[in-house]
This record gives sequence, C-alpha cells and structure tokens, in this order.
Amino acid sequence: MIRIEAICKAFNRGTAMEMPALRQVSLDIPAGQFVTVIGSNGAGKSTLLNALAGEAIPDEGRILIDEIDVTNWPTSRRAGLVARVFQDPLIGSCGTLTIAENLSLAGCRGQTRGLKRATSQASRDRAAALLERLGLGLESRLDDLMELLSGGQRQALSLLMATLTPMKILLLDEHTAALDPKTGAFVLGLTRQIVAEQNLTTLMVTHSMTQALAIGDRTIMLHQGEIVLDVAGEERAGLSVQDLLDMFQRERGEILDDDSALA
Amino acid sequence: MSMIALLGAIELGLLFALVAQGVYLSFRVLQFPDLTVDGSFPLGAAVAATAIISGIDPYLATLLAIFAGALAGLVTGWLNVRLQILHLLASILVMIALYSINLRVMGRPNIPLLGETTVFTPLEAFEADGLPSYMLLPVVLLVLAVVVKFFFDRFLSSEIGLAMRATGANPRMAEAQGINTGRMILLGMAISNGFVAFAGALFAQSQGAADVTLGVGVIVIGLASVIGGEALISPRTVFRATLACIVGSLLYRLAVAAALNADFVGLKAQDLNLVTAILVVLAMVAPRTRNPFRASATGGANRGKGK
Repeated sequence: MIRIEAICKAFNRGTAMEMPALRQVSLDIPAGQFVTVIGSNGAGKSTLLNALAGEAIPDEGRILIDEIDVTNWPTSRRAGLVARVFQDPLIGSCGTLTIAENLSLAGCRGQTRGLKRATSQASRDRAAALLERLGLGLESRLDDLMELLSGGQRQALSLLMATLTPMKILLLDEHTAALDPKTGAFVLGLTRQIVAEQNLTTLMVTHSMTQALAIGDRTIMLHQGEIVLDVAGEERAGLSVQDLLDMFQRERGEILDDDSALA
Repeated sequence: MSMIALLGAIELGLLFALVAQGVYLSFRVLQFPDLTVDGSFPLGAAVAATAIISGIDPYLATLLAIFAGALAGLVTGWLNVRLQILHLLASILVMIALYSINLRVMGRPNIPLLGETTVFTPLEAFEADGLPSYMLLPVVLLVLAVVVKFFFDRFLSSEIGLAMRATGANPRMAEAQGINTGRMILLGMAISNGFVAFAGALFAQSQGAADVTLGVGVIVIGLASVIGGEALISPRTVFRATLACIVGSLLYRLAVAAALNADFVGLKAQDLNLVTAILVVLAMVAPRTRNPFRASATGGANRGKGK
C-alpha cells in the first residue's frame, strides 16, 4: 500500500521564479494496483514520480510505503522498496559495465553489498536464465558491454533489472517513449507480462492516452500539479480518449490546448 | 643507458605503479579528478620517515603512512560529498593543506633515512652472496606490484567494487540500485590515496630520505602512466586496466631514462617536467590517430572503464 498525503513541491522556492510542480497531491495505491498517469508537459508527472523515487523531496506532505514514512529518505535508501525504469535507456543501466555485471548490480538492490565476487558462476547462470525469456539472444552475450546493445534491448534489460528483486512499487517513467513503435510495443508487452506475473504495484507515466486507458487498472490525470481525474473499474473500462478529454473539459472548464502531447 | 640506470628506472616504474593504480581508481573508476595525490605522496613519505626515526618498526611505519594517505583522501571526498565543493577544487585544497601538514609531521623539510632500518634493509643480507640490493629491489617491487594488482582486481570485481564502478559511470542509476554513491566516493578516495601514500612511504625508504617537495608532479606522472598504459593495452576489463597501469608506469620511467641518457638530445634532469608533459600529450594523441572513434565526445568515459 502506497500512501501519498498532500505533498507539495515547488521549484526555485522562495524566489520570484517560484514554480509549483505539485499542489497538495494525495493518492492511495493499494497493493497490486497498476496505475497509469497522464498529463501534459509540466503537469507534475515527473515530479510525482521523482518524489516517490526519492529524487525530489517534497516541501510538504508525507509519503508512506506500507506505513513506513519514507518522505525524506534518499534514493539509495529506499531502493529496496522502489524500483524504477527511466525514460532514457542510457540511464537505466551502466554502459561501461557488462550485461552480467549490470544484472548483478540490480540483484543486490536493497541488500548490503559485500566483498563477494559480483559475477559468480551461480549469478551468471541465473542471469542467463532470465535473459533467455527475452528471446533477444542476450543470454550468450553476458560479457558484452551494455553500451553495445540497442536502445530497445537496453530498455528491456532495465525492466528486467528493476523487477529482479522484490519491491513495493515499480515506477515506469515513459519507459517506451524513446523507442521506435515496434520496440516500444515489445517492451510494453514485456511490462504487462512481468507486472501480471509478479502482481506488482505499478505507477506508469505515459504520454499516450490510448496506452493509459488500455493498460492497468486505474488512470489518473495530472494538470498544473493537481490530480484532475481519477478513474478506475467499470467507469474506466468503457472510456475512450475523447471521453477523457470531455471529462477534463467539464472538470476544469477549459480545453486542453496541448492535445498533441496527450493524443 | 647503464645497467644501474635501467634497473633504477624499472624500480621507480614499479613503485609508481602503485600511484598509477590509485590515480586509475580516482580518475577512471570514480571519474573524480583528484590532485590530493601531490600531497598524499609526500605525506606517506613524511609519516613513514618520521615514524622510522622515532624507532617505530618500518612495516608498522609504512602501515601508518597508508592510513594517513587514506585519511587525506577521506577529507577530499568529504569536502566534495558533504560540503558539495567541486571535486577538483576540493582536492587542490587538501593538497595545499597537506604541504603544511607534511612540514608539521616532519618538523623540518627533509628527513634522511640513511643508516635507519627500513622495509628494504633485509635485502642487504644478500649482498654477501653477490646480489646487490639495486638488483633485488626491482624483483621485490615487481612481486609487490603483482600482489597489489591481484587484490585490487579482486576488489573491483566484488559487489562493493562493482558498486564503486557504477558510481563513477552512472551515478543516477547507481542510486536507483540502492548504492550510496557518496559513501562509495569516500571509500574510493581513501583507497586511492592509501595506494599513493604507500608508494610515498616505499619511495622514501628506497631513496633514503623523505622530502616535503617529493610530491610535485606526482599526479601528472600517475596520469601519464594511466593514459600511456591505456594507449598500449586497451582497458576492456579490470584485469587489463590495472595491467595497463603497471605497464604504463614502467614505460614512462624507461622513456624518461632513455630521454635523459641520450646525450645527443642534450636533455638534463631539470627538463623532466617538460618531458613528462610532452609524453602525456603524445600518449593522449596516439590512440586517436590509430582509431578516430576512441576519443569521441564522451572522452574519458569512453575509455578506460573496462568491465
């Protein structure tokens, strides 16, 4: 259970340039729920994700993960509770380390690291078995440097790395946005598969309204740092993208001017 | 070049291989340009020499020197990580501070160690058998360089070592994987400067004196070794990268000795720093002419990380 209690976050705080990114956002995500987040540029999607990940510490409010207050925990401390796939495939993994080493790094997430050899035969076998399911032939390239892989391959691996060890919430930050449509669809399919298999609590930010409605159990829309729409269950099942836009217009009394960013 | 000059060059090369591995750890693994080295090298020499003339066992004195160096590295890391001072500036501040500290430690600018018992004194026992210490010393230092390399390689391929390499290569990813990058920088800087102080302690004992000016240019020599070695042995793996440090350090000393001994060139000892600077430039340019992709926009990150 993830509980976000009235968090606020502003950039350039206390200056004339103050820019509120989140205003009193509250959100409860029950265990096992898959939430998709939409909103135009600057709506606060990334800040919400960063607040959960620990990269942006809220100015006000609290974040509880299974009743533990993690609001002020740095990223590395909460890594055992929060896993993340970044938008940029180059950030999710280490280009100058091998595939086996990257998987080993991810395998230690949330655990104390020691002086044990990082890529023992046992861990290499485990890595190879994991890679086999991707069907990309990576299991025979364990000692290749990560930077030799394509963006799609790296993103698929980032996803695998994020879900390698148990976590309380999986954060997906537009993780298919930087990929070509075919590769994006592959990574998205893999995401659904893994999330369903491990019954993960998931928060996925996306630019695509179609995608947001097609995947997961619940969709929230952010606008100017506030949650303006929150639909789930039957209400959500029959929704089209046009319905969403209409709902937004009724709610806010304004028309989304940046449709292209939401379509 | 005479036999003694050649052996002397090899001896220095193997000794400074320790400095090269320390510089590799800070510059390449952690991507932390660390000039503390110019202060921690004479610090190692000063602590070891002062301890030895106060009657402390030379092995213990060397160990003390390593700890002193590690502490200096910790201070640099702390200035950067906790006080958020730019890494280069943090290391320069500590380097400058160490000049005063080294003078305080020694109480004077120079401590001769002639006639004192050092870690190399046992070698003198073999002189009766016709094995002078200037011939044995390179052998001992070679064994030491190989042993240090073995443990360093093993460390860098451990879970902590991998975390340290991730910290330098991709700090954001490292944090997301639960690695406390600040702590890794502190640990890495301590180990790096521990290596350098170790070299300083051994240098003072093999040369028979500690001097407050020993450190001038040590960082450039270390960098020259790392870069030169990488130009020769592409550092695709940790094993190759640390081997490149040793080979680069040896090569640097041999090149310097050759340049200074070739009478027709007319170079003198005072030209050493100029020769070093030119060697570094040559080593940095050489791989680019062979492979235009190596020194691309990503520069250092592209090179020298190994696996």
